[in-house]
Amino acid sequence: MYTTFWQRLDTIARRMLPVAVTLLLALFAGVPFHIPGFGEMAPAVVLISIYYWTIFRPDLLPTPAVFAIGLVQDVLTGTPLGVNALVLLLVFAVVLGQRRFFLGKSFLVMWWGFLLIVAGAMAGLWMILSSLDGTIINPLPGVFQGALTVAVFPLLTWVFIRSQQALLRGV
Amino acid sequence: MKQRKGSVLRLATPVKVLVQRFAFLALIAATFALMMLGKADVVVLERVRTVAADAIAPILDALSRPAATISEMMDRVHQIAAVDAENARLRAENDRLLNWQHVARQLSAENTQLKSLLNFSPAAAQSFVTARVIADAGGAFVRSLLVNAGEHEGVKKGNAVVTGDGLVGRVVTVGDRAARVLLITDLNSRIPVEIESSREQAVLAGDNTDLPEIVHMADHVTVAVGDRVITSGSAGVFPPGLPVGVVTSVNGSDIRVQPFIEWSRLEYVRVVDFGTNGILLPSIERSPAKR
Repeated sequence: MYTTFWQRLDTIARRMLPVAVTLLLALFAGVPFHIPGFGEMAPAVVLISIYYWTIFRPDLLPTPAVFAIGLVQDVLTGTPLGVNALVLLLVFAVVLGQRRFFLGKSFLVMWWGFLLIVAGAMAGLWMILSSLDGTIINPLPGVFQGALTVAVFPLLTWVFIRSQQALLRGV
Repeated sequence: MKQRKGSVLRLATPVKVLVQRFAFLALIAATFALMMLGKADVVVLERVRTVAADAIAPILDALSRPAATISEMMDRVHQIAAVDAENARLRAENDRLLNWQHVARQLSAENTQLKSLLNFSPAAAQSFVTARVIADAGGAFVRSLLVNAGEHEGVKKGNAVVTGDGLVGRVVTVGDRAARVLLITDLNSRIPVEIESSREQAVLAGDNTDLPEIVHMADHVTVAVGDRVITSGSAGVFPPGLPVGVVTSVNGSDIRVQPFIEWSRLEYVRVVDFGTNGILLPSIERSPAKR
């Protein structure tokens, strides 16, 4: 089939959606909202994005992009470089291995799977940071953050589903 | 033709999988390498970090403005609702402050006279930069923030960061246009302080909770709830006398301090160069450059 330059450009732009959305969420997560206690417990929206796109469009979420998004998070939040990158890469790999299981399952199953992934990711983050600091960091804020992340999962997933249907159909 | 395409595909798929696997493992190895290098305090890595923060800073600056505007608008609505009571309160406060101003002028004049009598050498002049907070505390396990002023504005590593309320933290990395501030509540923050009333020296150690702990205090000292805590100026990290917080609980050796800063309301901060050059003693600063 013959495609014009503009059609190809359009396709490329559409195919960048998952990476662009995830990157944008990573940037947004750092913005000060001036809500008491929000900074510590702000939902880890990047995890939701990585989880969703790994299940539905892993072809549009290249591994180096996951790595880069993790590094951006590290720079933003002040965690040692590589920590979030490692956690995101591991989440990506685990979900990629299980994606056939999630495809075609009900939303509740996906939500349940995400709960397990978040629990693993927060525990991993906590362990890495604790061992890098050489002390045991209080894990409680991480538990709250994880719970809040699981709570906003349906909302963000709905947005992802709509945008996938609107922009990525047949791309 | 059709068959040939099929055979190429059959060959290409395993190769592609192999390349992807390798890329994944290489990236995992890269994260470990970065963490190890970070642990070893490699200068290059810190440079990379600040350059990256510089690159993101303008985007964050733009993003943080709408959020700030919305919170300002909400504040405005609250203020209008309470304008009468607020006015009365401010009048009373103004009377009180005028009294204080009178006292302060007298003391200032007296102070200059006495200093001239003593041939006192004044402390180094301070300069400050006002900066916007463009990125908030780093998630569940780190307490730091980014401000939109860097080397270009004269910010230096080790500068104290304050607001009108009190001490916020200390600059740990500086880029051209952005700097990272380690809050006094962070796990890695160690600040030489003293109890205002008794002048007893101690160290304020953050532990990622909202209430940092007082450590390294002499045994015989008694501290009461409500005592004010200020910087002591020892170790040359901060100038003496910056307000830090109030003692909120004393349980044996576990003494907790409520900082004066309301963390969620931090919007503008002052980065102050007190001419102490941020000399950080390793015995007090466990790992100043980590974050």
